[in-house]
Formats: sequence, structure tokens, C-alpha cells
Amino acid sequence: MSMRLGPRVGEVIDRDEPLSFTWNGRTYPGYAGDTIASALAACGVRVFSRSFKYHRPRGLLTASHLDPGCMVQVDDEPNVRGAHRRVRPGMDVRSQDTWPTLSFDVKAANELARRMLPAGFYYKTFMSPGWLWPAYERVLERFAHGGVVGPGKVSALDGNERYDKRHAHPDVLVAGGGPAGMAAAVTAARSGCSVMLVEEELELGGHLRWGDDVDLTALSELRGRVAATPGIEVLTDAVVLGRYDGNEISVLQRGLPHVAERLVKARARTLVAAPGLIERPYVFAGNDVPGVMLSTAVRRLVNLHAVKPGDRAVVLTANADGDATALDLERAGVEVTRVDARRGGDVTRALGRGRVRAVELGDGRRVECDLLVTATGWTSAVSLLTMAGDQPRYDDTAARFRPDASRLPSDVMATGGVVGDGSCAQLVAHGEATGREAARRSAQSSVTASAAPPPLPVEPHPALFRGRTHGMVDFSEDVSSKDLFTAVEEGFRCPELAKRYTTATMGPAQGKLESVNVVAIIAEATGAAIAETGTTTWRPPYAPVSLGALAGRLREPTRLSPLASWHHSHGAAPLVAGAWIRPDHYGDPVAEAASVRDGVGIIDVTPIGKIDLRGPDVSRLLNLVYVNKWSKLEVGRVRYGVMCGEDGVVIDDGVTGRLAEDRYLMSTTSSGAVTVWEWLESWLQTERPQWRVHATPVTTSYASINVAGPRSRDLLARVVDDVDVAPEAFPYMHVRTGRLAGVPGCVVWRIGFTGELSFELHVPAGYGLHVWERLLEAGRDLGVRPFGVEAQRILRLEKGHLIVGQDTDATTKAYGAALDGLVKLDKDDFVGRPELSWGGQPGDGQRLVGLRMSPDSLVPAEGSQLLDHRGLICGRVTSSRLSPALGRAVCLAQVEAALAEPGRQVTVRLVDGGTARAAVTEQLAQVDPEGVRLRA
Amino acid sequence: MILLPCPWCGPRDADEFGYAGEIRPRPDPSTTTPAEWRGYLYLRRNTAGWTRERWFHRMGCRRYLVLERDTTNNDVRPSTDASSGSGS
Ligand SMILES: [Zn+2]
Repeated sequence: MSMRLGPRVGEVIDRDEPLSFTWNGRTYPGYAGDTIASALAACGVRVFSRSFKYHRPRGLLTASHLDPGCMVQVDDEPNVRGAHRRVRPGMDVRSQDTWPTLSFDVKAANELARRMLPAGFYYKTFMSPGWLWPAYERVLERFAHGGVVGPGKVSALDGNERYDKRHAHPDVLVAGGGPAGMAAAVTAARSGCSVMLVEEELELGGHLRWGDDVDLTALSELRGRVAATPGIEVLTDAVVLGRYDGNEISVLQRGLPHVAERLVKARARTLVAAPGLIERPYVFAGNDVPGVMLSTAVRRLVNLHAVKPGDRAVVLTANADGDATALDLERAGVEVTRVDARRGGDVTRALGRGRVRAVELGDGRRVECDLLVTATGWTSAVSLLTMAGDQPRYDDTAARFRPDASRLPSDVMATGGVVGDGSCAQLVAHGEATGREAARRSAQSSVTASAAPPPLPVEPHPALFRGRTHGMVDFSEDVSSKDLFTAVEEGFRCPELAKRYTTATMGPAQGKLESVNVVAIIAEATGAAIAETGTTTWRPPYAPVSLGALAGRLREPTRLSPLASWHHSHGAAPLVAGAWIRPDHYGDPVAEAASVRDGVGIIDVTPIGKIDLRGPDVSRLLNLVYVNKWSKLEVGRVRYGVMCGEDGVVIDDGVTGRLAEDRYLMSTTSSGAVTVWEWLESWLQTERPQWRVHATPVTTSYASINVAGPRSRDLLARVVDDVDVAPEAFPYMHVRTGRLAGVPGCVVWRIGFTGELSFELHVPAGYGLHVWERLLEAGRDLGVRPFGVEAQRILRLEKGHLIVGQDTDATTKAYGAALDGLVKLDKDDFVGRPELSWGGQPGDGQRLVGLRMSPDSLVPAEGSQLLDHRGLICGRVTSSRLSPALGRAVCLAQVEAALAEPGRQVTVRLVDGGTARAAVTEQLAQVDPEGVRLRA
Repeated sequence: MILLPCPWCGPRDADEFGYAGEIRPRPDPSTTTPAEWRGYLYLRRNTAGWTRERWFHRMGCRRYLVLERDTTNNDVRPSTDASSGSGS
């Protein structure tokens, strides 16, 4: 049954572009420019969804993005506003949550069980006994709103399902593209401002779009002015979500090519809120039966989409818009019965179930009809203004809350219907004056004198909220006026409480349609005035926003060493280590470790943090930030150091070498590279600004390669140009600078994280691959091979070298990490000195120890708990590996200080639920504890 | 998101900064007591009103700034570089 009308003057459909789509599997026709809802309504579809609690059939109420009755699933996208989204050819549209079908709904039987779902049923019916909660949850989730997120049919956005973010800095942001908003944007732009004009609907114009010939003329004139004015960026199908500190305005943009949604963070000098008015539903019995609509819904359907919403209508009107709607309907061939609320007319009940069959009027008459239209008043869309500090006041004359402009900060203004009533010309004049003043406040204008906009008139309107019967207040959440009365009887007399108790205003519409009715009905139930009952609080976001839009694109960079392509082409298994991707191994980590113990291996250690320190006061800085002593470090020497926070907790470690009198190179852990640099800067900038030190991060300026193993000296000797690597010329813990494989400016320090003789080469990054390949070539007869992070972890664990952050945690102080020997309390000051001077007693936290397992080849998982003889947790395994050199497990563990003596037995709780015994070892190092190999 | 005035870079989004907290004097480590030191470590005034705090302009000039901010409404006054002497 087609309900499509002949051409209308202001229609937005394109009759030359017919299309088809499916609704619940059946094919329907439509035109380009139709919304999903208008195309279906044109085909006679009246029921779009089932209500939340009672699963009552629901049709169109507002025929706008706010419509609570037509959330649908489109392809794989749930919760699409069917009265807002334009229909596309081939779109697969389905009703949501209507198992088993939309027309036959088992859960409608719920209505019989209304007693089971009283006000506050969340807090009553499903509360006890608590152990039944899992069962309750399964029942409740069947009631939940929402469609299905993938993996259904993939939408037309296939492959472009991305979300985007953008920053913008308009001088003036105008929220709302009705007549006042358009006028404000044009005037501000003509005054020299950059303007962003944001409109939630698909085109500019506001209520003018569905108005009469005069409105349509004004509309095309205003649209022409916007288009002709440079400096206005128009965002349609975009909604302002919130206003934050510093006039940061978040805008969600939809309907874009290539991205699903884009979040715009606009920092506006002045915000002009022109959100207009929202038509308010009327509360009476049957007000949610399909066929009961607001007057604006009817005018949208008739005038924008050429859809006849019914054949026989009753129009309850209390204002000019209701009168105009009756005329529109008559022109569309609908038989209209007018009920004038200004003369005492009222509607007490809509009869019918799947659709309106008849209406009972206040005077007792019964009128057969299939459409009931209400035009009973407006709600000011004040939410954006309240986010800026406005506290709206109830205006008895207009029967609505109106903003209190005096409470707004100077960078927020309001114009249009939210401020007052008036003709189109009056709204435009107010918008122009507001735009001029916004430009002045943005200081981008030649206009200097402040000119307050002329006030808009406020027209009297009857106060109509609830009729003589009870009906639906919150259509999204299925909360009736009866539920609110019940809540008030039970003591929830304040809107903020009654709202939470009944969940009124907490559904997808978020109060935009229903919150004033909630307040009015609570006022009625408590016998108070609306003005003293107050409102609920508006918080961002104004409209629902997808998590994808909030997340945006992944902007976390991945860091790669200059050798990354070599690792990739040589079979390296990638290891994600913080921001870095490193080679975990090249196929056989055990063999890689063995080659380091027996011959020579090379590892890419580029992620190690490197900070270049220069200036006459570097040694003072080192003395301050490390717990050990640095004043006597000679040029050419390297020293291991540990950093603690002011609370004594170990925060980083590494070696620092003195390259020249006033030049040092500090290394940090890979993960600490940035934080240590910022931390050094904080000491230099805040506590010791008189010190002359330059700290420059050079982590990625160098490719760092560790050459390790008993043959490492032989290998290095073949690639150095001007560095003497003989044992007596280049001893352990020394640093040299020079040319390697023809590359000048290299730094070499002789240190040994792996426990073997080793040299760490820091090569200017661009030559990293050259030196790496030269080492492999030169060492072929020595059996050199690359090794990865896993082999390095095995080797360092055999040697008992700790890793800060793995073998320590956020409570491990220096003595807890077995680093007591390094702490030099005879220094006057260093970071954390007082705390370290008071601690370190037995019973004071945990200590780092080595563990010997029994049986000794058992490798407990890292993180396994340690138990004392009473079975109480006394520590944990921090690192564990099977040692290829020893053929048994090597472990480090944190254990209570009292149990940290060599030989003490603990129980290890294994992942599989079993236990094993372990003994504390003599020292942390299990291989070469004397350090002979290092010093070879 | 509040705008913070950086003396070097101008007004910038607070996202660009690291918050280093209320400014509190560091006790003399050679004479301090556990009570005083732990107050320095852990106790904050948490004033409702104007506070002096340190911010690090991580994504800008990388300087530590001294800023006065009203914690009740995020009003801010012009800031200074922490090394300029008013920082401690
Ligand atoms: Zn800065």
C-alpha cells in the first residue's frame, strides 16, 4: 500500500533516482533522499521496533534522529537511527531485538506481567538471592537493546571501516544550522572570523525545511548566503557532543567518504549555541501506539519526504505549528479532526495496538482514525549551554525551561529558538546580532562596540505535560508516568533520584525528548511547582558516540632499528618490547646462546636508551641521580650505575662512560630511555638550574651492536681502524671512540651484560647495517652468528644480572634488588638518600635472590609464587630459564628478607597446581660468579 | 581539555603536557626526619582554589613550568619557566 504523495515544493527525495533495499529480508522501494524510515513509511510500514521492557510495538514518533522507535540494524552496524540515516541501494535493514519476529513477538507477553517490572525493578525483582545472579543476567540480557556487531553481512563501507580524528581552531563555532545559526555564521564570517557551522541533520535549514512557502523562500535565501560567504566551513550530519574547558567543542561527523565517523576537536574562541527547540511528546494512555506522532514528525514526513502518514487524523494542537500541520495534512488529502488545546480540547486515550484505531477525546467523544498528531509544546535544547554553566529557569509563560544567559562565560553565546520565539525575520536578526558580537569577542573583527542582540519575544503557551490518563514518559526505557508516581510514593521525590530509580531519561534518547515531562510529572506527584522541582544534569556526550570514533586511528608509532630489515630477511622472530619490535631469536635461541659462550655472537641492542651529556657539571649530575659515586670517573672509563627515586625505589640502571673531559654518554634501559631523560631534565630545570649540563637523547642516533663471546676481541680487531683492543690497552669497563669499518664517530665500551667478554659498539645510525654486515663477514671463520633477545636473557640470567622492572617492581628499593653494595651513603646527597639510609633492615620487604630448583631441571613459570614453611606466600619467581651452559634451571626471585639467606628452602607453587622445592643460592650468578670471563 | 599558557610556546592543549604536581620544597637530605621526608614524598595539600604546580611541556619546548591554577574552575595565570627561580 503506497503512502507516497505527489511532489511537494520542499521535498528532499529525488524521484528520478529510485532504489531498492531490504527490510527484514523483503525488498522495498525508495528514492534517493529518503531516510530508512521515510522509505518504509511510504510503503505503509508502521511498526519499526519493539519497546525495551514490555516489547510493545513502536512506530515513528519524531521521524528525526531522536526517534526512540526506529533504531535499526543496517548491514553489520547496530543501533542506526532509521529516521536519520539515508537509505542506500541494496542496504540490508533489520529490526533489532524482536525475537522471533517484529509482527509476532513472544515477549509482548511481558505486558501481562507488568506487575513483575515495577518502577525500580532493577533494584527489586532481581536482587536476591545473590547466587541466582548469573541466571538473572541471562534473563535480563534478552531484554537488552541493541543489534549485532558483525560478523553479519559486511557493509558498503567494507575495507574503509576506519575512524578518524581532526583538530580544528575556528574563531566561531555555531552549533545548529537553523535560521538563527545560519545568520550568525554568515555575520561572523563577514566580520573576518573563520567559522565552523555544525548541523546534526543532513542539510541546513532547521524547521524552515518543512515550513510553508515563506519559510522555503527564506531557507533558500539563507542557504545562498552561507554558500556565498567565504570563511564558513559547513559540517552537516555532524553533532556537537560536548563543550569542555577552554571552549573545546567535540563534534562527531558522520556520512563521510572513506571513514565511518570522524571526531573533530574544535578549539573555538566563541561558541554560538543555536540548537533550537525539540518538540515535546504528550503523556496519555496509548501515547506510544504506532500512529501517534508529534506534529514535526508529520511535517517532516509530508513536506520533506512526500509520505502520507495516515488517512484519517486527529490533531491535538496548542500552537501555530500544530495548526500548520493540520493544514499540511488536509492538503495531502488526509481527513482531519482538530482538537484545540488552547480552547480546552484534550485527548485522553489512543486505542489500538499495532496501530491507532480510534481516539477518546477529553469531552468523551470517540473519533475513528489511524493517525493522532500532538503539538503540545517545546523543550529548549539547553544541554550544550548547561555544559558551559547555564542553569535554565522554568518560564511559566512559555511553559518550558529557558536558558539564563547571564550565567554563561563570555566565550559562549546563544541564539535562535533556544533563546525565545519569533518570526523567521526576528530569529535571523537575533542570529546576525549574535554573530556580530561573537566576532567581536573573538577579537577577529573590525566591529568594536559591543551590541547586545535584541531580545526575542516569548509567546504564551499552555502548560501541557500529562493529560488525564497515565502514559509513556520515556519511550526508550518504557517508563510511564505511573512508574514516576510510584517512585515519588516510595520517596524518590527529586528528579535526580527518580531518574535513576526508574531509569527515565537514561535510554538512547538521553532525556532530550522526555526529561521535562519527567520533571513536570514529579512536580505533579509531589504537588510542587516545576520551577522548584529543578532539572536533571546534562552531561556530554549530547548524542550517542561510537567507541570507534573515540578511539580514532591508532597513532602509536612502532620503533625499528636501522637493522630491522636485515632481521626480517634473516628469519628473526619479532618480539614486541614496548614501542620497539626486536628480534626474539633467529630460529634457535639455545644455539645462539651457546655460540656466545663458546665463540662470538652479535646482537642488535639499538633500543638501549642513550643520552649525550655535556658540560662542566655532568659529574655533579651523575652523583645526584645515581646511588653510587661518580666524581672520580676518569676519561676513558665506564661505570655501572643505579638510579632510585626519592622513595628509594630502583627506577633504572645502565652504564655511563666518560668520553672526554666535559662529555659523557649515558645508557638507560630500553623502556626507561624517555622517562630517564625527562627525569634528568626535571632535576636540571627545577632543583639545580645553576648547573651547566646539556642532556640530549641520542638513542636512535646510534645503532648499537653488542659483540659478545670469548672470540669477540678477535672479531673486533678485524673491523676497528684506530682503536687498540688489546687486553692491556682496552681493559674491562673502559670506553674508546674511533673508526670502525671506516665509520668515524663510533663509541665502544667494554662491558658484559651477557657475562662474557664483550664490546658494545655505538655506530652512527646510518652506518649501522654496514658495520653489522662487516662483523658477520669478518667473523665467518670464527663462527659469528646473530643472537636475539631470548639468548641474551638466558645469558644474563646465568650470570645473575637483573632487569629493572622484571626482577624489581614498583616497591623494590636498592637493597631489595641486592644492590646495597652500590649505595654510597657517605655522599652528601643523591636522589633517595634519606629513604635508603633508613631502610634495609631484616623484615623490611623482599630481597632479590637466586633459586636452585629441585628437581634442578624444572623451570617454574615467571611469576610463580613462593611459599614459606607455613604455606604463606613469601615471594615470587621473577625470571626463569633453562640454562644451556649448566643443564638446569636458573632463576631469580623476590623473597622476604628473612628467607633470603643462602640455603633457605622455599616451596614454589607451579602453574599446573603442583609444587616444587627450591633453595636460595649462594650468589645471583650461576655461571662464572668470579667474573673471570668478563675480564679476559 | 584546558589550555595552559606556556611562556615559550603560548597557549597549548593540556594534552601536550605532563603534570608534575604541586610544588613542594625538597627537605635538606642531611637533616631531614622520616616524618618530614615522607610528607614531601606522599602528602599533598590538594587545595580547592589557587595552587602552584609544575607542568612539563613534553610535546613542546620540553621545559618544566610553574603554573598557578584554580582547581575549582581551571582558571590559569601566566606561567614561568621552572628554572627562573620561582620554581621551588
Ligand atoms: Zn612550551
